[in-house]
Amino acid sequence: MFPEEQRQISSVCQRLHRDANAKAVLLIGRDGQPIAEAGEVGEIDVTSLSSLTAGNVAATGGISKILREKDFTSQFHEGEKTHVHITLVAGRAILVVLFDERSSLGLVRLRVRKAAEEMARLFEQVAKKAASGTGPSILNEITDADIDKLFND
Amino acid sequence: MSFINYSSREINCKLVYYGPGLGGKTTNLRFIYAKTSPEAKGKMISLATETERTLFFDFLPLSLGEIRGFKTRFHLYTVPGQVFYDASRKLILKGVDGVVFVADSQIERMEANIESLDNLRQNLQEQGYDLDKLPFVMQYNKRDLPSAVSLAELHAALNPTNVIEFEARATTGVGVFETLKAIAKAVLTELRRGSGG
Repeated sequence: MFPEEQRQISSVCQRLHRDANAKAVLLIGRDGQPIAEAGEVGEIDVTSLSSLTAGNVAATGGISKILREKDFTSQFHEGEKTHVHITLVAGRAILVVLFDERSSLGLVRLRVRKAAEEMARLFEQVAKKAASGTGPSILNEITDADIDKLFND
Repeated sequence: MSFINYSSREINCKLVYYGPGLGGKTTNLRFIYAKTSPEAKGKMISLATETERTLFFDFLPLSLGEIRGFKTRFHLYTVPGQVFYDASRKLILKGVDGVVFVADSQIERMEANIESLDNLRQNLQEQGYDLDKLPFVMQYNKRDLPSAVSLAELHAALNPTNVIEFEARATTGVGVFETLKAIAKAVLTELRRGSGG
């Protein structure tokens, strides 16, 4: 992920958080890595939530294959206070919206659709940049000594 | 797949512990969890059955320190070892950066080791990976048990490509951190190599 797209994706998350009256919005890679977040995430264990959500989406994807369905693109978990809406974005990432009685499933779905389209465009941009090798990479600067230093006790 | 977050200055990598059922994959993670300082680790999650067999995966996020101002975060996963959970194993391999194979040294588990290693190769292939090109470390666990076969036999049966290997006794921690360091180092080295650095 490049810094410019990272910033834009974060701003889409923030807008979605506001427009959907959500508690929090998270964007997660399909492998469970958190990518961006917005809203009331202070008390949430984002790392664990990301890993479990990715596992959940992967399992649901496995079910869809067995049923010869295309990916199930969204899921909804209804809680007593907090509800979770999960959507696959461009088959690449998982958009999670946590919301409560201040919002509704209908509003969340509507706002998610628009945000997902914007994110899909940004992912396209990232893929193009990555393919052309134009982005910066910290990895190029890492030396053997840097890696060894991590493991010196 | 590793993920570099420039805004939070983090390099995130995914490591998967693979191997036959009851071989000690979860025990490796539990030992790492128990011996790591609270600020370097997140919560360990185990999705297990009532009898504590891994049902889906165990998950442990770890921070190993900084490289050039970027925090290195490793997400450690185990797969369920039992044969019939193959669909779950495939899912967990998605986006993997490095694999540790935890082999059970007992003679009666040799067939299970070989079957699991074949299964790893096959499942990686289905996801478009080649085990021979992926950072990969072999751990021979349960070296202390009376029916453990010799190191030479294990090596011949499980490590024909001569990847880095360690003897271990995960319940007491022998070899656990050595294995983790070796795979983490291999992953970072491969990441740099892959970026052309």
